[in-house]
Amino acid sequence: MKPVVTASSPAVDARNVTKSFDGRVVVNRVSIQVRRGEIFGFLGPNGSGKTTFIRILCGLLRPDHAEGTCLGFDLLHRRDEIKRRIGYMTQKYSLYEDLTVEENLQLMARLYRLDRRRERVDAMIERMNFGDRRRQLSGAMSGGWKQRLALASCLLHDPELLLLDEPTAGVDPAARRDFWDELHNLTASGITALVSTHYMDEAERCHRLAYLAYGNLLTQGTLHEVVAASGLSTWTVQGGNLSAFAVELRGLPGIEQVVPFGESVHVTGSDRAALTAAVQPFFSRPGLEWRETAANLEDVFIYLSQQRARDNFQ
Amino acid sequence: MRLQLFSPARFVAVVIKEFIQVRRDRVTLGMMIGIPLVQLVIFGFAINTNPKYLPTAVVDGDMSTFTRSIVSAMNNSEYFRIDKDLVSEKEATALLRRGEVQFIVTFPENFTRELLRGRHPQLLLQADASDPGTVGYAVSSFQTLAPEVLRRDYRPVLPGVAVASLPLDIRVQRCFNPEIETPINVVPGLLGVILTMTMAFITALSMTREKERGTMETLLSTPVRPLEVMLGKIVPYLLVGYVQIGLILVIAWAVFDIRVVGSLPLLLLLSLFFIAANLAVGVTISTIARNQVQAVQMSIFFFLPSILLSGFMFPRRGMPEWAQWIGTALPLTHYLQIVRGIILRGTLLNDLWTPIMAMIVFFLIVVMIGLARYRQTLD
Ligand SMILES: Nc1ncnc2c1ncn2[C@@H]1O[C@H](COP(=O)(O)OP(=O)(O)O)[C@@H](O)[C@H]1O
Ligand SMILES: [Mg+2]
Repeated sequence: MKPVVTASSPAVDARNVTKSFDGRVVVNRVSIQVRRGEIFGFLGPNGSGKTTFIRILCGLLRPDHAEGTCLGFDLLHRRDEIKRRIGYMTQKYSLYEDLTVEENLQLMARLYRLDRRRERVDAMIERMNFGDRRRQLSGAMSGGWKQRLALASCLLHDPELLLLDEPTAGVDPAARRDFWDELHNLTASGITALVSTHYMDEAERCHRLAYLAYGNLLTQGTLHEVVAASGLSTWTVQGGNLSAFAVELRGLPGIEQVVPFGESVHVTGSDRAALTAAVQPFFSRPGLEWRETAANLEDVFIYLSQQRARDNFQ
Repeated sequence: MRLQLFSPARFVAVVIKEFIQVRRDRVTLGMMIGIPLVQLVIFGFAINTNPKYLPTAVVDGDMSTFTRSIVSAMNNSEYFRIDKDLVSEKEATALLRRGEVQFIVTFPENFTRELLRGRHPQLLLQADASDPGTVGYAVSSFQTLAPEVLRRDYRPVLPGVAVASLPLDIRVQRCFNPEIETPINVVPGLLGVILTMTMAFITALSMTREKERGTMETLLSTPVRPLEVMLGKIVPYLLVGYVQIGLILVIAWAVFDIRVVGSLPLLLLLSLFFIAANLAVGVTISTIARNQVQAVQMSIFFFLPSILLSGFMFPRRGMPEWAQWIGTALPLTHYLQIVRGIILRGTLLNDLWTPIMAMIVFFLIVVMIGLARYRQTLD
């Protein structure tokens, strides 16, 4: 029984996913849609429920409640079909450390009952440039190589959907860049990827993204949609003693958020007129350079988290 | 593509992976070889203690040169030391009871006259057998000692018939422990005990280790099915079990001179059921235990009743009924029947169907519990 799948039907269409551990809600009615062929970024601070959500998608955790489909199969009742078609890369390295690169890949190839096993494994070793490392115990390799092996082993069976849980955590910047290039190549060939991360620069390499904080989905869409939907206006100021200046700005009417970014400070508010009125008096200060810019992702995420915290508090 | 409950290919995948891991895990392998060696050596020493110069009392109702020369020959042998010569029967019994002597030798009145007339007088050796290991060698040496002395020293006076076979009735009476445990009985039993201990432990640890290392998450995210994982984890250790059996049988033969009286192939074949039953226990424990410590505790919980109630340590006939029932449920109880039967008495397959069926039933029940408990999710 093949599900009806068209190019436009979403790879993931999960609705109202809820999961609690020992009575504590960790994922709270989260709904996301991931389109075919896109890289979907899953952002949020530690402990916000990203791993839990991904585990529910691949059938490793039983949700308290969930509706919808993954690759066209019912999330709750067709786990085996889903498992066969996804490649899941765990947050913590979880391949066999006492098996070599090649043995790990052979194991995966056998577990998915792939044909032309040797050929596929050799091709993957070639493609990932393992070279002589193929006979090295996987536990003896560096973090970057482990990450490559983990990616290789979840690509081996040509999955339709990749679920990558913080794949670049603890990996050096060059390897991170390579990884993202590889990911874009993959999606160009039709694979869909859902990637969790907490690096903001990586968020910008995703086609669409969702932001999760403490179990709640705060926003989702393309980068521009997310920023636009927040309705935030931002002024960026540079020069002078910015940390002292930031303290001065905080709490002024119209200014809802002041975030220092190294050389500049982002001053943000939801009412553009009020914000502009609030910052205008400082334009004449010597040494400061003001520019009205779009809010960046980080501004938006910080804003949404704090708003949420305020809502919860009241 | 249809979904399969059991795929031979995936099962083989798990088997290969386990084989590689077992081969690389030197510590575990060392344990598998080391435990049987250590156990046999420990038990071997305990059983094989060959104490000498044991205190002996003599009750001599005859007091002839014959009896005296037997007594002095005993004193000269390395096993006996005549502490109390010429005591009364009553005194001797008291000495034995108090543990002051290990043996009493009793010559009846008219021992010599009866002997010379070829009338088979009784020569009685009573032994304190509460520690069976202690007296074994002394007892067997006594049985040859008396006839040899008489033959050597009194050949000319003995009647012609008597030289060929002495008309002597040597009786050995073991006091305080009528159920004699000898290495012959213990070593085959040890085969079962060692297998119970190592097989259940090792497999119980193997799956909890996957949980602790996180590899279980990878495994669960693949299409692999519970039965494939469980059986895949059992098979490589079957081989390890056979290596252990081989090792134990060789030591039993080389050190204790115990040979398999019955059919060795039959013994090996039937051992398969026993090893599988214990491996199933281990795998099932590991589906229940959350970590390795719990797995070890649960294995001990299985191991203790096995050695206490199976008849390995204490005869089952003497146990209260409830203990016998528990014993009946344990695979070691049945395996002991099989190994003791085949190794010591040459029992044939036809007499072993009951223990075989019992082990198969046990295996199936345990695997089913394991399958029911196997979680395909992480919570
Ligand atoms: N198996 C579990 N049992 C109990 N609590 C858990 C379990 N797994 C995760 N949690 C809790 O759920 C929350 C979300 O965790 P997680 O999904 O790992 O977040 P993230 O991946 O975004 O860092 C955390 O507070 C974590 O402590
Ligand atoms: Mg996580």
